[in-house]
Amino acid sequence: MSNWLLIICCGLITFLTRFSMIALLKKEMFNDRIREILSFVPSAIFPAIIFPAIFLDNSGDFQLENNPKIIASIIAMLIGIISQNIIATIISGLASYWFLIFVV
Amino acid sequence: MNNKFRVFLKGIFDVSPLMIPVVPFGLIFGVLSIDIGFSPIETMGMSLIVFGGASQIVLLQLFSGGASSLVIISSVGAVNSRHLLYGAVVSEHLSDLKLIWKIIISYFLVDQAFARSNEYFKKNKDKNKYFHLFGGGITCWVIWQTTTFLGIVLGAFIPEKLGLSFAVPLTFLALLVNDFRKLINVIVIIISGLVATFGFNYVPYKAYVIVAGVTALVTAAILTKLFKTNE
Repeated sequence: MSNWLLIICCGLITFLTRFSMIALLKKEMFNDRIREILSFVPSAIFPAIIFPAIFLDNSGDFQLENNPKIIASIIAMLIGIISQNIIATIISGLASYWFLIFVV
Repeated sequence: MNNKFRVFLKGIFDVSPLMIPVVPFGLIFGVLSIDIGFSPIETMGMSLIVFGGASQIVLLQLFSGGASSLVIISSVGAVNSRHLLYGAVVSEHLSDLKLIWKIIISYFLVDQAFARSNEYFKKNKDKNKYFHLFGGGITCWVIWQTTTFLGIVLGAFIPEKLGLSFAVPLTFLALLVNDFRKLINVIVIIISGLVATFGFNYVPYKAYVIVAGVTALVTAAILTKLFKTNE
């Protein structure tokens, strides 16, 4: 398969996953119970991206020692809980991460 | 100022802080893609056609590892299956739109824009609220295309150490700041994270994201039911 065909197929499948539910679901299908469960989607999906990216290395092995990502994440999380502010969370996370890898 | 434009600007404003980690991510994507052997045009094409950081990184990783096209496409699909849930969440607010707008909004339904607009949709009843997602999506789009381009051009000047490996989890962490204080959410977060981490090496086609997500969502359904019966 040529590179371009591969890129187009990946683009198509990405678009379809975004579009299908928006196209298929109707307003009438929703009720308070479904809304309540769907309100947990960010809490259910985002950690599945966060945790492996922090605790595992590129080959999928656990990386628990000498891992600046764990410390920086804890700092960012604490700042996030205290400030409830996205920008403070991101800046404290990046600043502590860069401090740990470039200075320490 | 007209209302649509005001909501559009609000979308841009709300998603902007989340663009900070996207900058190193986009730069490094551009560098990696050239490194792996894609041409500059193909690399730009990837960001324009796919327009999804996670999908594009999976594409690069598997391509450089020599995976077959079928494996690459199905893995990209599995990584993207989370969008099915995002779509389900926002569909209620978009159901009255014309098809063309549903197509446009779908193209821009990336994680950051979804998370911020979902919060906005819950608080606002305005019929033009989809312009919030449009504004947020376009902001992500402009930053992603620009940083991809800069990554291609600047290439070797950008140290990989800068933090691709941390930009991604940090973005998603910042999106959960409001949920860390709620007990059920914290339990759901921990379940999802553990299933994903331990499933990472065992679930085929990188489908661990959706496996963890669905497990955690079922947990949420059970917990909310339990907490209600106890009241």
